[in-house]
Amino acid sequence: MAVTASDKPMVRFDGVQKSYDGETLVVKDLNLDIAEGEFVTMLGPSGSGKTTCLMMLAGFEPATHGEIFLNGTPINNVAPHKRGIGMVFQNYALFPHMTVSENLAFPLSVRGMSKAEQAEKVKRTLEMVELPQFGDRRPAQLSGGQQQRVAVARALVFEPDLILMDEPLGALDKQLREQMQYEIKHIHENLGVTVVYVTHDQSEALTMSDRIAVFEDGVIQQISTPDDLYEKPQNSFVAHFIGENNRLLGEVVETSDDGNCKVKIEGGHVVSAAAVNVSAVGERTMMSLRPERVEINPDEGSVPNVLEGTIKELIYLGDHIRTRLEVAGHDDFIVKLPNTYGHKSLEEGSTAMVGWHTEDCRALDVN
Amino acid sequence: MSDTTASPGQITASDGMSLKAKLAKATRRSKIKALLMVAPLGIFVLISFLVPIAMMLTRSVYDPVVSETFINAGPLLARWDGKGLPSEPVWEAFAKDLKIGKKNKTIGRAATRINFDLPGSRSVFTKTARKIKRVKTGPYKEAMLKIDKRWSNPELWMTIKRKLSPITAGFYLNAIDMKYTGTGEIVSQPDQRQIYIMLFKRTLWLSFLVTVFTIILGYPVSYLLATLPMRYSNLLMIMVLLPFWTSLLVRTTSWIALLQKQGVINDLAVWLHIISDENRLQMMFNSTGTLIAMTHILLPFMILPLYSVMKTIPPSYMRAARSLGADQFTAYIRVYLPQTLPGIGAGSILVFILAIGYYITPALVGGQDGQLISNIIAYHMQKSLNWGLAAALSSILLAGVLALYWLYNKLVGIDNMSLG
Repeated sequence: MAVTASDKPMVRFDGVQKSYDGETLVVKDLNLDIAEGEFVTMLGPSGSGKTTCLMMLAGFEPATHGEIFLNGTPINNVAPHKRGIGMVFQNYALFPHMTVSENLAFPLSVRGMSKAEQAEKVKRTLEMVELPQFGDRRPAQLSGGQQQRVAVARALVFEPDLILMDEPLGALDKQLREQMQYEIKHIHENLGVTVVYVTHDQSEALTMSDRIAVFEDGVIQQISTPDDLYEKPQNSFVAHFIGENNRLLGEVVETSDDGNCKVKIEGGHVVSAAAVNVSAVGERTMMSLRPERVEINPDEGSVPNVLEGTIKELIYLGDHIRTRLEVAGHDDFIVKLPNTYGHKSLEEGSTAMVGWHTEDCRALDVN
Repeated sequence: MSDTTASPGQITASDGMSLKAKLAKATRRSKIKALLMVAPLGIFVLISFLVPIAMMLTRSVYDPVVSETFINAGPLLARWDGKGLPSEPVWEAFAKDLKIGKKNKTIGRAATRINFDLPGSRSVFTKTARKIKRVKTGPYKEAMLKIDKRWSNPELWMTIKRKLSPITAGFYLNAIDMKYTGTGEIVSQPDQRQIYIMLFKRTLWLSFLVTVFTIILGYPVSYLLATLPMRYSNLLMIMVLLPFWTSLLVRTTSWIALLQKQGVINDLAVWLHIISDENRLQMMFNSTGTLIAMTHILLPFMILPLYSVMKTIPPSYMRAARSLGADQFTAYIRVYLPQTLPGIGAGSILVFILAIGYYITPALVGGQDGQLISNIIAYHMQKSLNWGLAAALSSILLAGVLALYWLYNKLVGIDNMSLG
């Protein structure tokens, strides 16, 4: 599975800009290559420009500037129905006046396929999404999950190379959503189609994607694999948007050649961190530290950074205990304590030492 | 308490009463409250709408005027075998009724009724009633024949005899261009008196045309209303509603100003040398005028239901169709249009029903051949005072509308109708 874009990308955004009103840019200078067979997710809060990018790729919105290439051909002036891109819409957009079979046969019949061939393909696709007996029902007679499968089936039935999905699981409840995430992922793996997926749900993005592009303010903040995105955020927006993190504000007092730096935080403590977005001494920085990477009462000398904190709150969450401490003037310092056999039991109000490894604490920009 | 205690097998509430009874008791108060809230409107509708309609419908088959006027002669004439002329007692009773009728001033009304069936016979009664009071003794047969020799016509007597029955199908026959002959047979009216069937046909045809034209004109407007950005669609909506709020009379008379021979459109066409001054188009006071004005006036009734349906169709359907490979036209025909059918149905049934009962516009711009059935109903209500015939025509119209409604319900389902 391609993780980085190859020389011949399936989709290429080249300096694409989009403005609706001629005053503000919704998408600012987008450059993105998507390789064949890749599952790329555009992740971002609402209004970040991710859906606009998808609509430009589908052909429903023209790019204000720049060019979009599909298999090396510029498609800015190609009508949506000639792009041959399958799309799954947010609310499925299943045609209410047609049965499930008719919905699936629609893309085949507009391509002039014979009735027998249509029926064969519809049958096969319905079987793939495990709804073989639902062909004669109307969309309104299906549950949300079933409608979702039909929508996916309709986007797949004419065998496009590229499928776009615009928050397709947004209307489902949590359990069904997780189940569908795996199903879509498996369909992608089995068919080898390229998928561009838009969502604002980070866990959905982490579960399914080969690569994730984090959008904010019309710009891709970071594009990388799910683990890189989570463990090595490039800026404080990404660190904050993906997962939970402890933020420590401070000032760089020393930089070193090994990519680390020393930061003075409130209370005069100096800690070491990985210098990601800082370059010079005296710069203000926001350090990001994942709660599960913090150790409580670490063994002497095992971690380079140790601070003392006061336990403010303990919340029992089953698989882990969420511990809130006051550390170096921040009273929202969170530590996730795994609920393992014989874990250290703590008491509210008592003091504890917190420690972490230098590479887990990333000195980022202050935004 | 027998009906509130549970029989075995029934589901019971915890105190042993049947659950149904318990539920009925619990909801009774709110039911009564709801009933009281709709009561004023219910009574109003009953008094001002249902009762008058029922009375009107009764008039179309029930006409007691003749039997009430000839109260003495009636029973005697009823026993008459219909051969030749009636015997002297009938004439005597008749003379008595005519005298009473003259005094009560009821004879005219009865004479008019008989005149409907036997044209020209009204004066027989009025003339005889005027002169009969001088005849104090019999034989009345000779005296009445002397006053007016038309009394010797057996057809007159047959007509009176038939009219004595207060229940009559005569109005309905009349409304479909049929009549009773003097001898009681049902025949078609003579050709020059056949107007109602033609008027019904014209009304249906014109209403159909108006419906078709409102669909053609209204569909694109509704589409724009539903899809344009708020700023423009609000402006467009005002442009649709402004004429809708304007008085019907004003709109109709403005069409007269536009369409008449010396009107704006003809003047413009002459000025542009499209037509010569002698050949000005006759667009008014015929069915063209009625068609144009009614299409304009009924247009909002098509646009608004269509708009309300189109508003609920998200743009993602069209996008989905496009992404699945359909060009704009195919997507429109196969995805958008079918979803607007409930709106087309609702708009059509609304426009059609309003059109077949339309009155003011055809009356003002219709001229001779633009008159519709409602105009003739109004004529019989106001001018000829043949209320029975007006009622018969109205109830045929009502039956037609109900039949259409039934048909629509069968084909589309009334639940699918959306009036916004």
